[in-house]
Amino acid sequence: MYHWRWGVLLEPVSSGGGTYLDWILSGLATTVAASLAGWVLAMVVGTLMGIFRTVPSRALRGAAAVYVEVFRNVPLLVQFFIWYFVVPDLLPAALGVRVKTLAPFTQAFLATCLCLGFFTGARICEQVRAGIESLARGQRAAALALGFTVPQAYGTVLVPMAFRIIIPPLTSELLNIFKNSAVASTINLFELAAQARQLTEYTAQPYESFITVTVLYVAINLVLVAIMHLIERRARVPGFLHGR
Amino acid sequence: MVDLDWSSIPPAMPLLWRGARVTLEITGAALAGGMALGTLLAVFRVSPVRPLAWVSAAYVNAFRTIPLVMVLLWFFLIVPDVLVRTFSLARSSDVRFTTAIVAFVLFEAAYFAEIIRAGIQSVSQGQLSAALALGMRRGQAMWLVILPQAFRNMIPLLLTQGIILFQDTSLVFVIGLLDFFGVADNVGRRDGRQAELILFAGAAYFVVSFVASRLVKLLQDRLAT
Repeated sequence: MYHWRWGVLLEPVSSGGGTYLDWILSGLATTVAASLAGWVLAMVVGTLMGIFRTVPSRALRGAAAVYVEVFRNVPLLVQFFIWYFVVPDLLPAALGVRVKTLAPFTQAFLATCLCLGFFTGARICEQVRAGIESLARGQRAAALALGFTVPQAYGTVLVPMAFRIIIPPLTSELLNIFKNSAVASTINLFELAAQARQLTEYTAQPYESFITVTVLYVAINLVLVAIMHLIERRARVPGFLHGR
Repeated sequence: MVDLDWSSIPPAMPLLWRGARVTLEITGAALAGGMALGTLLAVFRVSPVRPLAWVSAAYVNAFRTIPLVMVLLWFFLIVPDVLVRTFSLARSSDVRFTTAIVAFVLFEAAYFAEIIRAGIQSVSQGQLSAALALGMRRGQAMWLVILPQAFRNMIPLLLTQGIILFQDTSLVFVIGLLDFFGVADNVGRRDGRQAELILFAGAAYFVVSFVASRLVKLLQDRLAT
């Protein structure tokens, strides 16, 4: 029979410095920080590439298509390993040395943000493209006829409209980036999933740490869904699907 | 910038192939098992029997909320214990492969269930009414009329999910099971050529996934006409 001992979470860590619960909370902070930083990057890259997918220039459309195919067809785990183990080797020598002499946490954290950002960016790119393509063609024509330049038409008409339409799929990408951040445990980033394993090794009470961490992932999910629901209600476009 | 040296890959081919077989076996088992269980869950989800629909919804939502890495770790914690006890295996027997298959079947079933449910709901209501009017029982109508049409509509999405599943199997890394990527990483560490082996593995996954997704697209265009 398993011997439950929830009190273990409040016991001080055997190697000193806080309780086991503190470990979990620092894991939670790392998960949230890395996912949000990755999300910001993903939104920037995804929006830019999504626009490129719809512009008249063949070269830009092609470049964006290659980006999407590469980042969608290589497993996330492999992408993590490439950012963490391979990219520092491929950088120019001086820069590579600087990256490798960073603190281990900073190295893993940077690799995680970049990896999650570009991986999720490829998915956001496709959502943004779908959003822009779903707009009536008259919107683009009207903007241009009013004398807007192409960048102005995108910046003030097409992209804002597209974003208001694609909030539901963006929500599920936001949930995904938090779930995907758990893969960072494989490159020694001590986020939530890694803390669950470390706690198991230190305390020999696997169920307490696993249940706590799983509940925290569920809590993150619920909070995100609630926030996005609020945003979605405020941003609805009247006359569009689900609009009022 | 480090010079890349690919010479450790050709001699490692037999090892890599053994890893690739593990990857393909897990993908195949999860695809078959996940779709079977997913179909059952989807049928429950649209069933008029409320408790069945609730159980199915709870199952699907639970698995879709938790990261796959955590799911794998959970199963690695529980399954070996259960297996050892039920089949009175030796404590030391390696059950990681079985654990991975159980975890992927149960996890993917949640995702397949959502796809199949959408497929069932895309079949027009009149089909069910007509089947019932012809004297079929609900189960018969579902099995003989609704599901065949639902699957036809859903084949491209199911296959796309299969490609995602193929890529996700690399996560068995977290329970120390040596699949294609695990072997590649091991060979790389052994020979001090980690960068080359990681890039090689990435390229291999890319080729398979890219070609497969193109084929799905061709199929989709054909089905649409």
